[in-house]
Amino acid sequence: MAKAKGLCAVLLLAGTLAGCATSGGNPADPLEPFNRAVFAFNDTVDTAVIKPVAKGYRRVVPGILRTGISNFFSNLEDVWTSVNDVLQGKFQQGVDDFGRVLFNSTFGIAGIFDFASELGFQKHNEDFGQTLGWWGVGSGAYLVLPILGPSTIRDGFGLLLDTQADLVFYIDGVPVHNSLYGTRAISNRANLLDASSVIEQAALDKYTFVREAWLQRRRNLVYDGDPPREREEPDDEPTK
Amino acid sequence: MNPPSDQNPMAMKLPFYALFALLIPLAHAQQPVAPDVLVKSITEEVIAILKQDKDIQAGDTKKAADLIETKIVPHFNFIRMTRIAMGRNWRLASPEQQKVLADEFKTLLVRTYSTALSNYRDQQIDYKPLRAKPEDTEVTVRSEVKQSGSSQPVAIDYEMEKTPNGWKVYDVKVGGVSLVTTYRDTFASEVREHGVDGLIKSLVAKNRQPERSKGGKT
Repeated sequence: MAKAKGLCAVLLLAGTLAGCATSGGNPADPLEPFNRAVFAFNDTVDTAVIKPVAKGYRRVVPGILRTGISNFFSNLEDVWTSVNDVLQGKFQQGVDDFGRVLFNSTFGIAGIFDFASELGFQKHNEDFGQTLGWWGVGSGAYLVLPILGPSTIRDGFGLLLDTQADLVFYIDGVPVHNSLYGTRAISNRANLLDASSVIEQAALDKYTFVREAWLQRRRNLVYDGDPPREREEPDDEPTK
Repeated sequence: MNPPSDQNPMAMKLPFYALFALLIPLAHAQQPVAPDVLVKSITEEVIAILKQDKDIQAGDTKKAADLIETKIVPHFNFIRMTRIAMGRNWRLASPEQQKVLADEFKTLLVRTYSTALSNYRDQQIDYKPLRAKPEDTEVTVRSEVKQSGSSQPVAIDYEMEKTPNGWKVYDVKVGGVSLVTTYRDTFASEVREHGVDGLIKSLVAKNRQPERSKGGKT
């Protein structure tokens, strides 16, 4: 609950700041000064703590076990994914995703093995932010959340509900509960180590690069990988 | 195993191979290789090399960059990629500046790609059937990469255009994120604050930074 309250406070703060912040370069990012500060903070925490731990995790834990851990959390996610499928009217996808949970929870031993994918039942990526987007809610301003990273006003509210629907949240016993949160965070970060090394190499300005990539990624997810084409070369067609 | 011989069989066959090498561009000029076939054959060739090359696997990004330069770069249209990334600012740049921008952007993308390649493990790539009409001059070649340790495949789409020299790639989208338009904001704010020369300067500076060797493994 504390986590949800904290997130709520950040969202409200962001809403207030939106009123007074001056617009930087991108109209999608009116909160840029605030966001840049949080981004710098997150980057510091990541470099100092999260990334080294994730690297250690990848070095020490054998690949097959890391896959099992990653699958375990992914299986829990699939429950909420299937609810969001239904909320978006994607009933077949909802049945498939719920089938994945049933199958992987039993034959896949509590989700450690993802046999459903091997049988051709592909995992989908849905969350409440995407459901809101599917319903036509615009993404709102870009928002960098402390520790949680890039988001938008819409996806931040989506995340509030995602947190409530998080099955790990309902597992009893604070130590178990917290160690599961921690393991999940490290496992997720470890899965992103390669991607983050590519971003380090690619970006001239990491902040704008991550913002642009993240906004494109969310748009792509809302449209399930097939967004309407945007004009690629605005105003620069050579005059004929 | 080979019978001893004072003649090198390879040397004898050289004129024969040279003839073939000459014929290949001719064949291309008549009937360009279909875009999906092109992407698939290049990817397979590069992966075959990657799987054997212990240096690249160990994080030798210089060697990876050489591989990209010879096998992949000829199939990309960097001028168009730079134009897309620059948006309306492209017209602010002089022809000389445009050339430098495209060269530096190319170097940056090659270096980025070589970092990605040195992270390559044993991903499996599936190609989706090409949805295009024979007369189309712009197509999207779609593929999916299945990574070990992740149940969700990553979509990699190649935006391609038909040119007199065969099909060329002008954008790559990874999970819906365009390698080219992701730079648009950065380029725009750099030009706004420091002009076209400022952008060139920061690209050059970035490209002179030492390679982050060993990618994510360090």
